[in-house]
Amino acid sequence: MAGRGMNLTLKIWRQTSPSAKGEFQTYRLSNVSPDMSFLEMLDVLNEQLIQQGEEPVAFDHDCREGICGMCSLMINGQAHGPDRETTTCQLHMRRFKDGDTIVIEPWRARAFPVLRDLVVDRSAFDRIISVGGFVSINAGNAQDANCLPVPKQNQEKAMDAAACIGCGACVASCKNASASLFVSAKVSQLALLPQGQPEAARRVVKMVAQMDKEGFGSCTNTYECEAACPAGISVSNIARMNREYLKATFLSEEGV
Amino acid sequence: MFKVADTPLDGKVPGGPIAQKWDKHKDNLKLVSPTNKRKYDVIVVGTGLAGGAAAASLGELGYNVKAFCFQDSPRRAHSIAAQGGINAAKNYPNDGDSIWRLFADTVKGGDWRAREGNVYRLAQLSANIIDQCVAQGVPFAREYGGLLGNRTFGGSLVSRTFYAKGQTGQQLLLGAYSSLMRQVGLGKVKMFPRREMVDLIVVDGVARGIVVRDMVTGKFETHTAHAVVLATGGYGNVFYLSTNAKGCNVTAAWRAHRRGAFFGNPCYTQIHPTCIPVSGDYQSKLTLMSESLRNDGRVWVPKKNGDHRSPEQIPEDERDYYLERRYPTYGNMVARDVASRAAKLECDQGRGVGESGLSVYLDFQKAIERDGEPAIRARYGNLFHMYEKITAENPYKVPMRIYPAVHYTMGGLWVDYNLQSSVPGLFVLGEANFSDHGANRLGASALMQGLADGYFIIPYTIGDHLAKNSSKLTKIGDDHPAVKQALADAEGRVRSILKINGSQSVDSIHRQLGTIMWDKCGMARNAAGLKQAQQEIRALRDVFWKDVRVLGSGDVLNQNLEQAGRVADFLEFAELMVIDALHREESCGGHFREEHQTDDNEAKRDDDKFSYAAAWQFTNVGDEPILNKEPLSFENVPFMTRSYK
Repeated sequence: MAGRGMNLTLKIWRQTSPSAKGEFQTYRLSNVSPDMSFLEMLDVLNEQLIQQGEEPVAFDHDCREGICGMCSLMINGQAHGPDRETTTCQLHMRRFKDGDTIVIEPWRARAFPVLRDLVVDRSAFDRIISVGGFVSINAGNAQDANCLPVPKQNQEKAMDAAACIGCGACVASCKNASASLFVSAKVSQLALLPQGQPEAARRVVKMVAQMDKEGFGSCTNTYECEAACPAGISVSNIARMNREYLKATFLSEEGV
Repeated sequence: MFKVADTPLDGKVPGGPIAQKWDKHKDNLKLVSPTNKRKYDVIVVGTGLAGGAAAASLGELGYNVKAFCFQDSPRRAHSIAAQGGINAAKNYPNDGDSIWRLFADTVKGGDWRAREGNVYRLAQLSANIIDQCVAQGVPFAREYGGLLGNRTFGGSLVSRTFYAKGQTGQQLLLGAYSSLMRQVGLGKVKMFPRREMVDLIVVDGVARGIVVRDMVTGKFETHTAHAVVLATGGYGNVFYLSTNAKGCNVTAAWRAHRRGAFFGNPCYTQIHPTCIPVSGDYQSKLTLMSESLRNDGRVWVPKKNGDHRSPEQIPEDERDYYLERRYPTYGNMVARDVASRAAKLECDQGRGVGESGLSVYLDFQKAIERDGEPAIRARYGNLFHMYEKITAENPYKVPMRIYPAVHYTMGGLWVDYNLQSSVPGLFVLGEANFSDHGANRLGASALMQGLADGYFIIPYTIGDHLAKNSSKLTKIGDDHPAVKQALADAEGRVRSILKINGSQSVDSIHRQLGTIMWDKCGMARNAAGLKQAQQEIRALRDVFWKDVRVLGSGDVLNQNLEQAGRVADFLEFAELMVIDALHREESCGGHFREEHQTDDNEAKRDDDKFSYAAAWQFTNVGDEPILNKEPLSFENVPFMTRSYK
């Protein structure tokens, strides 16, 4: 790896607590291997800070294989950085050049308050799921799995929607901080499957209402969310959610 | 090195024919009436497949559940990263599968070191899991007729694995999470994210609560209940580098162990054969490439030692497809421990490939020629994408390079048939317990076990404990001496870590521990190495408590402090793991003692001496632990030498 190391300037958002006033701090990091992941680069920075007696930068991460949705970060103004369909943990330093300056910020949205440095509170997503992002089936009630065939194309579309990792990049990249892509992915998954039908109307109405209540903005069809989504969730899900919402409010007999 | 308990340990497996044990047992378990259920509080720690499913199911039944996880949301638990699939004895493909075969494969896969009764129950419940998940809207792969598809996994000759692309764990977890969040919405489960369990509260020998640290405010909280369920995953990160998430840790299990819960078979660790090799010393974790890839990928090395040609320049007759050669019946689908050791052997003998010589090829060329690139992309697209992200190599064109890595831990807190630990009222589910996989876990069985424990076992067995002990389980207040003591202990610990202010970072000490464990208690172990490891662990523990540097305060979000607590526990746990590995003078499954192998390097068990589960009892840090033996008998799948040839 010798000789391939990069020298970088990092401008990182530091904020000691939810109520504190944050600011950018500039750090220099040398000899960064292009084979490192972005988070490993931050690990190296943190080791350096600890040696210097400075508190390390707090950032959320867990699986480091692109699936848990815990990592976040606005990197040079792009959610999860420059690569398409890639989480921050899967972004590698070979994407950057020697001498680059990299600006690293937390997700910014009213519904995602900063807890510390780059860590934000995304519990609003959980609350949205808790009002309708499920099929009401208690353990022990299920019939044989093959009793209910599902057309392969519907299953595949449902799977594509279900691939959402709940990271919040859609919100962070949206100028309105809308959570429409996130909510529509769950609405779509269950609307496409027979198991989701009995509660379809209630689900979409309640989830959309909760989304509004949490302080997320409206969708104005800019599609930045799709471009930023590391799981490749399509905006066609938002169209499906809107159809489901219309169906529910005009046609449902449930009076929701 | 250790003391042995006088009396054998009883796993409390019910009598009768194996196929009827669970049904009979369920009929004999005591019930809690629907109106009484709402009087009971249950704590569930961990929200992966086992914990998430348990919290949801117990909430559905009417218990008051408090669920805890250290992540920002229960949906992040590391079950989410499981890729390939989940086994179930549905026999949809009509290829001869049955509950019996899944049971027998799992006992064999575990190298006759699992409890037969538990394994049979797991096989029985496997079919219910698929039904449950499909009903939740889990989008498993389907055929054109709309029915469910299957694929094959290691250690089996039938196709019984259900899957959702390469994201099966994610879809199953999101299914359990949706059920959990439904109960949260209904008010039956109260969710506590970003809380780390740091101690177990035991009152009069019964588990009655936990101490957690709120990771945002730094405040310690005590929570009391009528029963505690731990589903806190495995301890693979004792090796520092593993396929586990960075946050995975042994703390909850270890703290429970220190309060009296026996630790079962800690030396049984699974090294997964197909992971992306280490690339540099900054490496923070290893990434698995699903076992399902071995359905279509062929494992090979050059026949010649030190052959540095690029793979496409090595002609077919100069390649050694060593798994197909050594194990013609199972070929590339041998069990994980066997495939891992075979890869290590090739590399140790100088035929490994890549810069470090520590990898072998996993080649899809044949499959791509046979089925076309689109078919391979449909099956494994996300895995190939991930591989390319990490290595900058395109596996559609160049064979993947893979090497074994720590993946799963079969060992865990000892539990009886009811999944109750040696501390009454403390139940342990999923990877955190030791129960079903013996000395080696077969692929696609972890998801099965987690969900079986959470959806279909704990809802029955916890009621039995509550009903039998209802008069004794009186309300415990925050002012109870045991609660106050546990809280004071936890607070004191954080203070003493922050006070050290030494010179070494937590991460650097963790890396040193990982190196000791991988070199001396990893894929191959021997007595001399293990003894040395024990000394090194003790020395490193001293270094930690004298010289670790943790900055900042305990009153705020402090990730370095969180990590320090976990590493401190790993440093205590690692010694037990080494003692267990040293005491087990045989090779079985993932535990390979170099002194005990056959002429062709296969594991050699000693059923006369070691057909037992080792359940370790805590005495004091650095003191001799007490070994409790639970004898294992195999009346249904008699002892054989495991062979995949």
